[in-house]
Amino acid sequence: MSPVPGSGLAKGLAVTLKTMTKRSVTAQYPDAQPELPPRTRGVIALFEENCTVCMLCARECPDWCIYIDSHKETVPPAAPGGRERSRNVLDRFAIDFALCMYCGICIEVCPFDALFWSPEFEYAETDILDLTHERDRLREWMWTVPAPPALDPAAEEPKELAAARKAAEKAAAAAADSGSGSGSGSGQAGATGPDAEPGPDAEPGPGAGPEEGGS
Amino acid sequence: MNGTIDVLLRLLGVLVVFLVFPLLVGQTEHKVMAHMQGRLGPMYAGGFHGWAQLVADGVKFAQKEDVVPADADRTVFQLAPAVALLPYLLVLVAIPVGPHGFVGQNLDAGLFFVLAVMGVGVLGSLMAGWASSNKYSLLGGLRTAAQLMAYELPMLLAAASVAMAAGTLSLPGIVGAYHWWWTPWQLVGGVVFFTAGLAELQRPPFDMPVADSEIIFGAYTEYTGLRFALFLLAEYAGIVVLCGLTTVLFLGGWHGPWAGGVGWLWTLAKTALLAFVVIWLRVSYPRLREDQLQKFAWTVLIPLALAQIALTGVVKVVTS
Repeated sequence: MSPVPGSGLAKGLAVTLKTMTKRSVTAQYPDAQPELPPRTRGVIALFEENCTVCMLCARECPDWCIYIDSHKETVPPAAPGGRERSRNVLDRFAIDFALCMYCGICIEVCPFDALFWSPEFEYAETDILDLTHERDRLREWMWTVPAPPALDPAAEEPKELAAARKAAEKAAAAAADSGSGSGSGSGQAGATGPDAEPGPDAEPGPGAGPEEGGS
Repeated sequence: MNGTIDVLLRLLGVLVVFLVFPLLVGQTEHKVMAHMQGRLGPMYAGGFHGWAQLVADGVKFAQKEDVVPADADRTVFQLAPAVALLPYLLVLVAIPVGPHGFVGQNLDAGLFFVLAVMGVGVLGSLMAGWASSNKYSLLGGLRTAAQLMAYELPMLLAAASVAMAAGTLSLPGIVGAYHWWWTPWQLVGGVVFFTAGLAELQRPPFDMPVADSEIIFGAYTEYTGLRFALFLLAEYAGIVVLCGLTTVLFLGGWHGPWAGGVGWLWTLAKTALLAFVVIWLRVSYPRLREDQLQKFAWTVLIPLALAQIALTGVVKVVTS
């Protein structure tokens, strides 16, 4: 019970009057664009250069809205006398946003950081068929993917960066070694080869850090 | 001839007020309610802060089909909006705005006329509720009837107290007899009158007869298009009339600094302030339950009104 009978009524009136004097919280959307955080689930962008047609996204998709076609190409051996390798080439990659439920599992599951969230959301269509975004349109969304937010000040270094840095350090050490002694230097250079491989892979795609794509 | 033109001009003035003021109150309600809830309200209609929203609403209502339910009592159903709306137009004629005959028609028994005619307005809701052949409408209509029974009495008692104090039933006469100390003297009566008036208009928090979460829209459930718009207009015209009457009876009408020149402005300002309070109450308070509503009228308002009459009588006897 309130100490003074009726004080609750006065309090109610005070609340509404106070709210009236404050600025309203309405976002005037079509006139003013909303400020959306990075990784907002607006639309899914495809960085097709990273896609290996592993089909994981299409298989994990709960409502089967991802369509992938591909064919195999044979790549001649890298070194003379080697074996021919086969490689998957992407023919079609499409996401039907009329079916998509924006769960983000495809982005989560992509091991090659080929899929990203973009905050763009204004892609309504008058024909439902136009909601199926083909490969080129998905690639265009890639330009709208914002840079991921910076890590916390004391956060752990991302694995990719750590690997790249380690490789670079080793290479630098190897270069220093080869400068002083030739015999051991060549042996070390061979050993750093496999280690250095994550380096180029870890380079961020246009506008996005790959370490953020799956998280 | 001069007299005829005079009457015509006065009636035209009343009609203009009747058509414009409810819209102003409605637009104010849109905006004030929105800002009290942290919103903006209408922003597009008319270009500048949605000033033409109610005009747009009117156009929309005019375009809609006028449906009469198959089992409805056609004549009564179609007549109900007019019965709900016209009394407020008639009441406006008798409300004085400024001194020296700034009134539609100076009636000797103005207070009596005003209260009697305002009571008719509720009949519109009753007719609508009965004629719609819809159980929700019927429930709403009966609730309206119960509310009318309960709240007409304290309203009349509070008005009677003012009439006792002024010694006249003429509305300009009551304002003419006003002194500043009347407002504290009749404060309780004023609060009772205003509250009971709100209940009669079925404004929140007394909107049980149209409680949309229970009985859709009460007596107005089956109405569409223009007839529905007329019911809404009646509600807002009722706000104008109630606030005007409260101003005239309890807040001294045109009394205020420079009353001789801008007295009418004082009446309008006080009316507008009360209209704001009506909106404010609607935003702030939840709806009273039907039993709470009845209990509030019979156990709070009527005793308060009776006490006010006793106080008025005592002061009147002592001072005379």
